[in-house]
Amino acid sequence: MSAFNAIGENVERDRNEYTPGLEPQPTWCPGCGDFGVLKALKGAAAELGLSPEEMLLVTGIGCSGKLNSYFDSYGFHTIHGRSLPIARAAKLANPGLTVVAAGGDGDGYGIGGNHFMHSARENHDMTYIVFNNEIFGLTKGQTSPTSPMGHKSKTQPHGSAKQPLRPLSMSLNAGASYVARTAAVNPNQAKDIIVEAIEHDGFSHVDFLTQCPTWNKDAKQYVPYIDVNDSEDYEIDVSDRKSASDLMYETENALNEGTVLTGRYYHDEDRPSYQQEKQNIGEMPEEPLAERYFDEDYEWERSYDMFLDKHK
Amino acid sequence: MTDDELIWRIAGGSGDGIASTSQNFAKALMRSGLHVFTHRHYPSRIRGGHTYTEIRASADPVKSRGDGYNFLLALGDSFARNPQENAYYGNEEVKPLSENLDELREGGVIVYDSGLLDTSEIEDFDERVEENGWHVYDIDLRTMAREHGREVMRNTAGVGVTCAIAGIDTEWIENLMRDAMPEKILDPNLEILEAAYEMVQEEYDVDAPDISVPEGEHDEEQVLLSGSDAIAYGALDEGCRFIAGYPMTPWTEVFTIMSQNLPEVGGISEQVEDEIAAAALAIGASHAGTKAMSGSSGGGFALMSEPLGLAEMTETPVVLVEAMRAGPSTGMPTKPEQGDLEHVLYTSQGDSHRVVFAPSDAAEAYHQTRKAFQIAYEYQIPSIVLYDQKNGGELRNVPASVFDEEPNGDIGSVISEEELADAPHDPSGKYNRFQHEGEKGVSKRSIPGQKGGRYLATGNEHMPAGHIAEDPDNRVFQVNRRMEKLEAIRAELDEGDVPNNTHYGPDEAEYGIMTFGSQQGTVEEAVDRLNDDGHSVKALGVSEMAPYPVEQVSEFLESVDECLVVEMNASAQFRGLTQKEIGKYGEKLSSLLKYNGNPFEPEEITEGFVTSIVEGEELPTHETKFVPAASD
Ligand SMILES: Cc1ncc(C[n+]2csc(CCOP(=O)(O)OP(=O)(O)O)c2C)c(N)n1
Ligand code: SF4
Repeated sequence: MSAFNAIGENVERDRNEYTPGLEPQPTWCPGCGDFGVLKALKGAAAELGLSPEEMLLVTGIGCSGKLNSYFDSYGFHTIHGRSLPIARAAKLANPGLTVVAAGGDGDGYGIGGNHFMHSARENHDMTYIVFNNEIFGLTKGQTSPTSPMGHKSKTQPHGSAKQPLRPLSMSLNAGASYVARTAAVNPNQAKDIIVEAIEHDGFSHVDFLTQCPTWNKDAKQYVPYIDVNDSEDYEIDVSDRKSASDLMYETENALNEGTVLTGRYYHDEDRPSYQQEKQNIGEMPEEPLAERYFDEDYEWERSYDMFLDKHK
Repeated sequence: MTDDELIWRIAGGSGDGIASTSQNFAKALMRSGLHVFTHRHYPSRIRGGHTYTEIRASADPVKSRGDGYNFLLALGDSFARNPQENAYYGNEEVKPLSENLDELREGGVIVYDSGLLDTSEIEDFDERVEENGWHVYDIDLRTMAREHGREVMRNTAGVGVTCAIAGIDTEWIENLMRDAMPEKILDPNLEILEAAYEMVQEEYDVDAPDISVPEGEHDEEQVLLSGSDAIAYGALDEGCRFIAGYPMTPWTEVFTIMSQNLPEVGGISEQVEDEIAAAALAIGASHAGTKAMSGSSGGGFALMSEPLGLAEMTETPVVLVEAMRAGPSTGMPTKPEQGDLEHVLYTSQGDSHRVVFAPSDAAEAYHQTRKAFQIAYEYQIPSIVLYDQKNGGELRNVPASVFDEEPNGDIGSVISEEELADAPHDPSGKYNRFQHEGEKGVSKRSIPGQKGGRYLATGNEHMPAGHIAEDPDNRVFQVNRRMEKLEAIRAELDEGDVPNNTHYGPDEAEYGIMTFGSQQGTVEEAVDRLNDDGHSVKALGVSEMAPYPVEQVSEFLESVDECLVVEMNASAQFRGLTQKEIGKYGEKLSSLLKYNGNPFEPEEITEGFVTSIVEGEELPTHETKFVPAASD
């Protein structure tokens, strides 16, 4: 018997099952793109038939970090930038869980940049959704790592002198095995991409364009979107790094110029997840660690029997 | 000073095999029935430089390195001849000999490798030998090693010479080599050992020096291990199966031992990108239902301040280890100090709390690490094992029975799925995970994946089901609940059977000495000597820093007229903590501080006690020896 009965329960589900009853109502501003992520995630979870109790949704800090307050599953609202290390350890400790991490562009690409790079490199089996609104929302409109050059804010009154960060290229180069960009104004594509990302066995990075009508009037919902998966102009081989890299280059320039390409850019289905690699070298148990503590028959090893001989 | 002991110092350059040789020799002495204690001194350098290890061996239990030593094996620094190093470090060729003479006792023995060291380069060498009655053996260990095997085996030759002079049966060493060495190198090593032993027997008068190794016998089986080993084994036996870390001396030792042993017990070790991640991973793994730990030393622990607070706010159990070294900042990486006490107690914002243990030796480290897990998982609070470079690295013999304890796979206050069915849930359908009904402030947690257990863990203030809230009544309720745990923990520690806050010396004594952590053994030795000299002294070694054992310490201070507080830092942090927690007896306390990078020796404590308590004089400011660099 498993100690975690909710895991693997997959039945047909309704997206409303992920709505936490009466309270709390989202505190996001009217028109905020974050609603789009919430909707897409609910749709994806329902489509995958995930039980709310086998999902762990880990977030950072920011307007984006409130996602798991409005999505009903197990949740861990952590600290600014630190969702990834917490999420990936939870997955290692209990690989049965469906682990999704989420946060903002400041959260994920700024303060959490180091963790972002290394989580992608290690290819943990999890999904990382970054709400990219090119601004710090919760702290009231400061320039973020993805804000365009010249972007003016209260803390950078003369406009940013920095090139915006290129998140897709970053995660691709760091080693993520699934890289996509979608947008709140593209709800169907967004849901499909999240489904695919969760199903993918490895680190899935979804750069999710969200608008922040309160602080970032240049929000991307006003520009035309092209879905590279559907468009004949962008016939790409998604398993090919080089072609993904070329397209990203184009996309990330385009993003700053006003045309937006969304869709799935890279999907390497062959690369084993970190967990698998770790199992291959003998540093990861086959059975979930977490189950052991609930198994009354489990025999706990003792250092006296195992290691003390070498000290005698 | 007891005569009936051998304090053997082996000196050379880092990378010359000083550590492994001394470890083997200590083990051989232990197997022969003696009590042993090792003290390491090494520079923050990979190869070369002045390094030594001391082994103190006696028929009676040994608690500290002692004062000075009586047998020097100066192997020579084989890396000193690197011309590039000369540029940075000056001429270090004779350091294994010259740097060690100050502490060599009268009548002691010097064995030096004349293949590498030249005494004519040391000023006053002959005069000092004469003055101190030292017995000098100049032996070309290097050539001997070359003839029989390889130059690196100079160590073995040195051990052979030691055995011949000190009258140690080489059989102990041979047996150990057979256990430890691969066949290929075993034979030449045995050969060198034998040759060195015989050469000394034949060519020297080995009865001349008054050095012999006492004979001893243990009542029960002993093991030789370090404080770091003991912490790692405590964690393993307590069911810890997940560790995340980032290397930093001296914490690296615990991290390494865990990483090497965890796969064997089906656990996971993760070396990650930084210390913030390391602590966060431990929290993530614990949240998902394992027993997990992380740790670091000063600077790395500073980065853990943020996740530490998260663990407290979300009531996620976690054990962090903090191995102190001299600070601030990167300080002195390989030198012990007890200067992180306040850092560990007070880091992280807000009314945050944690449990802090400061074990004094390996046996205590084992039990207290286990206790740290029990408390963390029972009370859902971070607990910290605070130790330092000294007790982490020193090898000593401990009865094997200390570790003969049942393992514990109990994960603490977790709710079962059956209980969840009846447990209170909020209108959103979430489990009210932060709403205890009980007295200890503890509310059982559910583990992701459990049916009916959904909740939100958050570092923001939250309602019982985890929804973020700034409601004033709830805020007060939650803060009180989290603080309530501390009293319950204090009560549990006071009643518990884990060795802690050790009293030493006669029950009735006029004066007291208080210390914490790694200095306890040395203080105990000083107490014995003071009482032998007609003083009336007892000691209290405190090893629970938070919640502070107010009652026990008050009783101790009540019972003495005055008390010397011994600690290895410059700002009297432990004394400050005691005064803050107890709020009285301040007038009874005076401080003996040391912060030059070396731990106390017993004599420094006895002298400090006499000067300060008996004679009532100001303690001299710390003795400073400023040696300009060779190029100045
Ligand atoms: C260590 C730390 N630094 C700063 C903050 C303050 N802070 C809260 S949210 C935030 C920015 C969030 O921006 P982003 O990640 O882009 O998310 P958004 O609010 O736009 O969704 C900052 C700087 C914090 N909570 N913690
Ligand atoms: S500030 Fe911006 S990101 Fe935050 S809720 Fe409002 S619109 Fe959304």
